[in-house]
Amino acid sequence: MHRLFQFKGGVVLKEHKKDSTALPVQPAKLPPTLTLPLKQHIGVAAEPVVAVGDEVLKGQLIARAGDTLSAPLHAPSSGAVIAIADQPIPHPSGLSAPCIVIETDGEERWRPRQRSVFNFAELSAQELREIIRDAGIVGLGGAGFPAAVKLDPRGHEVELLILNGAECEPYITCDEMLLREHALEVLAGLLMMRHALNAQRCIIAVENNKPKAFRALHEEIQNTGANVELVEVPTIYPTGSEKQLIQVLTGKEVPTGGLPIDIGMVCHNVGTAYAVYRAVEFDEPLISRYVTVAGSVAHARNLKVLFGTPLGNLIEECGGNRRTLRRVIVGGPMMGTAMHSDTVPVVKTTNCVLVESVMHDVPLPSRDEYAMPCIRCGNCAHACPVNLLPQQLYWYARARDFDKIQDYNLFDCIECGCCDYVCPSQIPLVGYYRYAKSEIWNQDAEKRQADLARERHQFREFRLEREKKERAERHKKKRSAVSKAGGDDKKAAIEAAMARVRAKKAEQDSAPKNTDNLTPAQQRQVDEADRRRREENPATSPRDNKAENTQDRPQ
Amino acid sequence: MTLQTPPPPHIHSGLRISHIMLQVIAALIPAIICYTWFFGWGLIINTLLAVLVALASEALMLKLRQRPLRPFLGDGSAVLTAMLLAFCIPPLAPWWITVLGVAFALIVGKHLYGGLGYNPFNPAMVGYVMLLISFPLEMTSWMPPFILEQLEIGFVDTLGMIFLNHFPYGLSIDALSSATPLDAMKTDLGLNKTVSEIMESNALFGDFAGTGWEWVGNWLLLGGVYLIYKRVISWHIPLAIIGTLFVIGSFFFLMDPDTYPSPLFHIFGGATILAAFFIATDPVSASTTPRGRIVYGIGIGIIIYVIRAWGGYPDAVAFAVLLMNMAAPTIDYYTQPRVYGHARGKD
Amino acid sequence: MLSALLALGALGILFGLLLGYAAIRYKVEGDPLVEEIDAVLPQTQCGQCGYPGCRPYAEAIARGEADINRCPPGGETVIIALADLLGRDPKPLDEECGEEKPKMVAYIHEEQCIGCTLCIQACPVDAILGAPKQMHTIIESECTGCELCVEPCPVDCIEMIPVKQGLDTWKWPAPPPPPYERPADDDDTAPQPAGAH
Repeated sequence: MHRLFQFKGGVVLKEHKKDSTALPVQPAKLPPTLTLPLKQHIGVAAEPVVAVGDEVLKGQLIARAGDTLSAPLHAPSSGAVIAIADQPIPHPSGLSAPCIVIETDGEERWRPRQRSVFNFAELSAQELREIIRDAGIVGLGGAGFPAAVKLDPRGHEVELLILNGAECEPYITCDEMLLREHALEVLAGLLMMRHALNAQRCIIAVENNKPKAFRALHEEIQNTGANVELVEVPTIYPTGSEKQLIQVLTGKEVPTGGLPIDIGMVCHNVGTAYAVYRAVEFDEPLISRYVTVAGSVAHARNLKVLFGTPLGNLIEECGGNRRTLRRVIVGGPMMGTAMHSDTVPVVKTTNCVLVESVMHDVPLPSRDEYAMPCIRCGNCAHACPVNLLPQQLYWYARARDFDKIQDYNLFDCIECGCCDYVCPSQIPLVGYYRYAKSEIWNQDAEKRQADLARERHQFREFRLEREKKERAERHKKKRSAVSKAGGDDKKAAIEAAMARVRAKKAEQDSAPKNTDNLTPAQQRQVDEADRRRREENPATSPRDNKAENTQDRPQ
Repeated sequence: MTLQTPPPPHIHSGLRISHIMLQVIAALIPAIICYTWFFGWGLIINTLLAVLVALASEALMLKLRQRPLRPFLGDGSAVLTAMLLAFCIPPLAPWWITVLGVAFALIVGKHLYGGLGYNPFNPAMVGYVMLLISFPLEMTSWMPPFILEQLEIGFVDTLGMIFLNHFPYGLSIDALSSATPLDAMKTDLGLNKTVSEIMESNALFGDFAGTGWEWVGNWLLLGGVYLIYKRVISWHIPLAIIGTLFVIGSFFFLMDPDTYPSPLFHIFGGATILAAFFIATDPVSASTTPRGRIVYGIGIGIIIYVIRAWGGYPDAVAFAVLLMNMAAPTIDYYTQPRVYGHARGKD
Repeated sequence: MLSALLALGALGILFGLLLGYAAIRYKVEGDPLVEEIDAVLPQTQCGQCGYPGCRPYAEAIARGEADINRCPPGGETVIIALADLLGRDPKPLDEECGEEKPKMVAYIHEEQCIGCTLCIQACPVDAILGAPKQMHTIIESECTGCELCVEPCPVDCIEMIPVKQGLDTWKWPAPPPPPYERPADDDDTAPQPAGAH
């Protein structure tokens, strides 16, 4: 029996897990178009490698990773690229971002795949990571951190690899269903991950409200004799949060501002392990995932959904009415994000679509419209799993005192929503924390911008000063030269000076100014401007251009 | 159809301020019944009057401050303040004492500081201290226990005494009133009697504290334990207050049992239990960090003992609570809990 | 009498030495106040305050010549920060300097640009690229939105456009306070009837 620890606080929630586990998982219907945001992960957006009009095959690379911290993107189905443009994405702002839109042809033609003939243990850790990176796998638990980066120990000794199957949010059952139906594959994926990390121990953690998933895993571990510990953890929200799970399993805390790897641990989601297995064993990139559809739908269930499928399609497929929607939440009820529209697509991090309709057939008890004043009851502090004082954070967020709020460790807040859930004044506490965090990030960005502007301004002042000095010096030299020479020599000197000026002018005409020390980005901009100029005005030389324009110069 | 996009979380426990206040009120009721058993209808009449005045004052201030009536009248905080204050007023005090005290508590103690959530001091104690200082005679005329065994004083008689200053059997308020046990103890100790002499000679004193009073204390304790069990209040403040009184009380009792009454006398005498579970735990004006609550409770315990033993007042709960209310923000600042992932010992 | 005088004198000397030592030990280099004020200013270098740049304005504030409400790009935030820093009362923005606007960047309509370099000379942060008689372009990431380039342009080809709201600049909005918590006087845009709920 594994010794378990406790984290402070937390709340016990009504689970609603049975709603969506009655029906088996089935593939969602193929929608006519798939909208794939270029950024479905933490890091840099992917860069398209297809053009509008291109035919693509299922699983074909359509955007490559933009950087080390990025993930490539693959076509979830065969069809044609019909647009590469800004489309609404699943983001709390409701804003649009660059997406590749594919019109599906319904044939689901795969690109050629190589079923692996090798034993993954023969691959080096680096080769394994490359396969995982090229498959576009990111953390499927919610954050979407590129998995290959998280599977790189970078010189750390990895003592413990935790596979997170806690899934502590109400309603969400996609991990549970995955474990019930594909325990062996998840286990295989875990062993691959362990190989990549060279981890000493492996623990799979499952909350004790998923006995079927636990049994399935238990059996597979018994059958295969894998050296993996299976641990049942108590069902207290937010056990599934990485930091809290580590605390429950090991009693250790991730240092503030640090990562689990700093204390020799790595935590991955069970879905990620499954994706790793599919990628290594079947050469399948990440193009679909299990998504729970729950709430005000007739048949709450899990679907295997291709990325890019609009949420509305899933809602309809599960018997929901798109015309009576009140809230569409991507993620769970505690940490999920309410969408501005049900047309946004499922992306790699979409684990659940929780629907509330105006009919209140499946009520989602939410806060009152207006909060009462804080009475400092301390329920929030009692519930906080990271031991913050939410009432103080709320106070300073409201007062916009962003220095003080950081003294109270705002950035240790994991936004789990426990404080908000238990607040008797029904204050939108997490809303205040998110607001304060984004304000602080923005202020920091503005500060950096201001520092840059100051530096550039100071350099300009210095440059102007230097130029003035140089000019003065040249004048002095010239004058002395002129006065030294006499008569014809003087005339010759003037002549020579004029020639110099002409030469200088000619040189100036062609040599751009301010082009020292350009960053590559700026250089690109300059080149682009040059290119545009050539395209727009190939015939006229710059000089003609000026002559033309001076005529209509305002008097 | 436009979708709603509130920030997460999207569910709520449904807990409201009124639920908290109602639980505290419910926990108070057994003690009120017990009190009535020993001391007659006075408390119930005072409580009803106080609640009416509280609601009226609250409504008046909400109107003046342009706040909506319904959520704030319904939150139960004014009712609770009124009930706690009524509990502290002698049962036969004239009606205007209750009216003045409650109105002062709500108008000055609560709304002039910004209303619910913004009052730095416990409003009930603000009202109580104002009354104690302004009307010391009325506020110290308590009923002796057993009077109900000697005289039949019904509901109507009590009404008459409170509202019309009309006393039955041709009695006067002086004849009907006595000191509290704490008061009697203090007076007699001043006359150089020993504690055991005092407790034996006076029917005011029961087994370990005041007759009647100790039973009210027991019921309050039961209500308080219920509140802790229901997580309405945390255990820190009551335990710290009672524990401190017990430790200091035992220390002096063991040193000199003739001059210092037993710790049980301190715990069950006066308003200790009421303060520990119902008054000092008022969230708005108390400390909110776990360690801070302990410091806050210890502070209250010390002040209660110091004033009772060596100060000018027989009981000191109200002063102790108000003094520690003042210290609460500072205590909170210095007792922030260690946040997850931060090094121990420096937060 | 004498001993008292001596004692006092000795004390005086002692404290004098202490003060003198402290003055040397804790000597502050430069003028930190100017640095601190400059750090608060937005570095737009727009000159709307009447000084040729943010630092001269900071120096003027430090000397007590200029008021703290002369920076339109900084707006209320900067005024409050300056008031905090200098221990003064915040006051509304001086209208003669301009008004607070959303953040802008300059944009050159390149088809109209004649390549006169006047804007390049005007730009306080060298955020314009170009050469004589060649089209110029703005380095957007470095433009402070000071508008100083707009005036000199002979063909009026520079336009100030508001910075586009992007995902990286998007902020979670502050939850609206309940209507009863809004003081009646600073809520003139949406007056709430008394007792509104």
